[in-house]
Amino acid sequence: MTISADHTAPDQAQRLPAEDAASEAVRKFGITVEDYMLPARHQIQMVDPEGRLKAEGEQGTEPGHEYPLPADEELLAAYEQLVVGRRVNDQNSALVRQGRMAVYPSSHGQEACQVAAALCLSAGDWLFPTYRDAVAVMARGVDPVETMTIFRGDWHSGYDPARHKVGIQCTPLTTQLLHGVGVAHAAKLRGEDTVVLAMCGDGATSEGDFHEALNFAAVFHLPVVFFVQNNKYAISVPLAHQSVAPSLAHKAVGYGMAGERVDGNDVVALLAVLDRAVKLAREGSGPLLVEAHTYRMQAHTNADDATRYRQDSEVAEWLAKDPISRMKTYLTGRGLLDDDGAARIAEKAEAVATQLRDGLGEDVPVDPQELFRHVFSVPTPQLKEQSAMLADELARDASSEESPK
Amino acid sequence: MSPTITTSSEANGNVSAATARAAASAAATFEASGPQPVTMAKALNTALADAMHADPSVLVFGEDVGLLGGVFRITDGLTKTFGEQRCFDTPLAESGIVGMAVGMAMNGMRPVVEMQFDAFAYPAFQQIVSHVAKMHNRTRGLVKLPMVIRVPYAGGIGGVEHHCDSSESYYAHTAGLKVFTPATVADAYRMLREAIDSDDPVMFMEPKKLYWSKDLVDLEDLRVQRSANAAAGTSSEGRAAVARPGTDATLIAYGPSVPTALAAAAAAAEEGRSLEVIDVRSIVPFDDETVCASVRKTGRAVVIAEAHGFASVSSEIVARVQERCFHYLAAPIRRVTGFDVPYPAPKLEHYYLPGVDRILDAVDDLQWEN
Repeated sequence: MTISADHTAPDQAQRLPAEDAASEAVRKFGITVEDYMLPARHQIQMVDPEGRLKAEGEQGTEPGHEYPLPADEELLAAYEQLVVGRRVNDQNSALVRQGRMAVYPSSHGQEACQVAAALCLSAGDWLFPTYRDAVAVMARGVDPVETMTIFRGDWHSGYDPARHKVGIQCTPLTTQLLHGVGVAHAAKLRGEDTVVLAMCGDGATSEGDFHEALNFAAVFHLPVVFFVQNNKYAISVPLAHQSVAPSLAHKAVGYGMAGERVDGNDVVALLAVLDRAVKLAREGSGPLLVEAHTYRMQAHTNADDATRYRQDSEVAEWLAKDPISRMKTYLTGRGLLDDDGAARIAEKAEAVATQLRDGLGEDVPVDPQELFRHVFSVPTPQLKEQSAMLADELARDASSEESPK
Repeated sequence: MSPTITTSSEANGNVSAATARAAASAAATFEASGPQPVTMAKALNTALADAMHADPSVLVFGEDVGLLGGVFRITDGLTKTFGEQRCFDTPLAESGIVGMAVGMAMNGMRPVVEMQFDAFAYPAFQQIVSHVAKMHNRTRGLVKLPMVIRVPYAGGIGGVEHHCDSSESYYAHTAGLKVFTPATVADAYRMLREAIDSDDPVMFMEPKKLYWSKDLVDLEDLRVQRSANAAAGTSSEGRAAVARPGTDATLIAYGPSVPTALAAAAAAAEEGRSLEVIDVRSIVPFDDETVCASVRKTGRAVVIAEAHGFASVSSEIVARVQERCFHYLAAPIRRVTGFDVPYPAPKLEHYYLPGVDRILDAVDDLQWEN
């Protein structure tokens, strides 16, 4: 069976010499196209909630869906980021309660997904995050305070996407997936080996741009890894109301790409699956879809009340699957982490929390003239006029305050 | 390995070959010198080809823009000349086209995308208002989106169902978008080149009914002018034009309504009334200076647009002129626009569109003495 992944070619002579992803995958893994594209029957899990490494035959792997254990250094780096990420989430939620930030959609409980999404990429790759992915943005190296500018409320984004190769955090669901597709397409046309990892949630898979992004990436055979954090809720609406597909990873086959499911609270399995996805994408296998099963431990944001739509027992069940405690147990058991190491990591996490408290505790003066400065590269006559009007209004306010009648 | 394109000066063999073909094709186009009858479609096509020739980061994509050359043939020959890496068909999904263009513009390209028809562009509206218009602002200018969204728009072609719509007001209302609309063949070339040169996103509204209109134009001369302007750092971007000078009243029009306004002015001249016609050209930014100078001179104005009048570009123009020229006005500013009804079926279209008679009636109502 041949599935063409390059429908744009008008004739055979123009086709990619590598033919298409599907037949390449068949050669590479010795399985059928369907078996390559359909996710393995079970989600990939390497370390169980108790922190035990699962036996190779019990990890959910199948022929063509095999994942080597990531290197120890990668796992230690990931653990450090997990601890930092948890501290960031809880510090930010506290800052919201103290009125230092307008809102914070926490990824508490989803830190393994956040960390793996950043660590699987190389320096030249791009990450396209959603509003809930601040921890991934920071794990990619963006300054924590710059990352939180969006929620502090003095500007709608605070970091330079081009410098860090991280798209701006996006709230209109899945619109950013298409930007990731465009970045990958531009890189491919220039012959660069850039990979894009584009993130969205389970509810977002209902959006039209999810479909358009996956289809465009597949048709143009682009190196994009679509990473869905299935945290079970879209604000209050459970996944069953979004989709009745066997899994979100199964949607991949409809686009002619490979899909996989992974335990989203097992950072070992996440790194194994995402590292391989990034490698395949970089080698020219086209886009892939990875669905991570995780859980939004807290409400959607501080403005939400999760007790209105879900049971405490369900939350408790997921508490036992926490991504950080299982990793700590696993690494300690392997002799890779001792008390000193844990203390050193905790210190790093505390330093980031201090950075956030200091940075967000400080009142940044806003410049009203900045309203007009960044609408266009050169302000239009209309914006200049409006800018002068506001300046005049502020000057009159200031002078009337100085000389009260 | 697929053929690659590059934005650096060190073009690889594939690009050089494409560039040579482009140059050969361009040379063929301009074999005949001096003014020739040229359609707006040809001027737009030439502008795209010249821009692609000048800058390897300019890409053209959309629905049917490849081998077919677009349903209006505006991209005719571009795939053949520049290869399917640079002019290509996409899956049939407008949000995908615009969203992908955003990412490409973020990563060093200058995409020029085609929305096949005005009313088919709405699936892209989310991308346009939430990202195209805001990326520069959200990143404090760190990310620029040098992209052009070409929209064949407005009526007059007897289009059925969703094939005609005047959507310019939606885009003009969105802060962060430039909105251009040419009315002449020469402007079509000039303004599309300016739009592609712009570091800001441009909604390029092409009047469908003018695609096959012809003017005597020397395309080679337009290229020379453009090079001279570029060298001197001057540009007519954002400027309105006096399409016909006059003294008694000002007709303010844009895009498809400009030829109608000119026809009305010609008819009025026969009756001894001298009407000045202003072609707005750039809806955003708006050239208050040229428009208001004319109205202050004539003291009377009629604004003409095909779009529904309510909450539209035409209402904005009336408000701006009234605010700035009130003491010069001899009569309230009148508008001749489409009615506030869904775009009508072909057999009803002529009742809806502003025509010469309706414009002249509005001019007659401008409180003339005696």
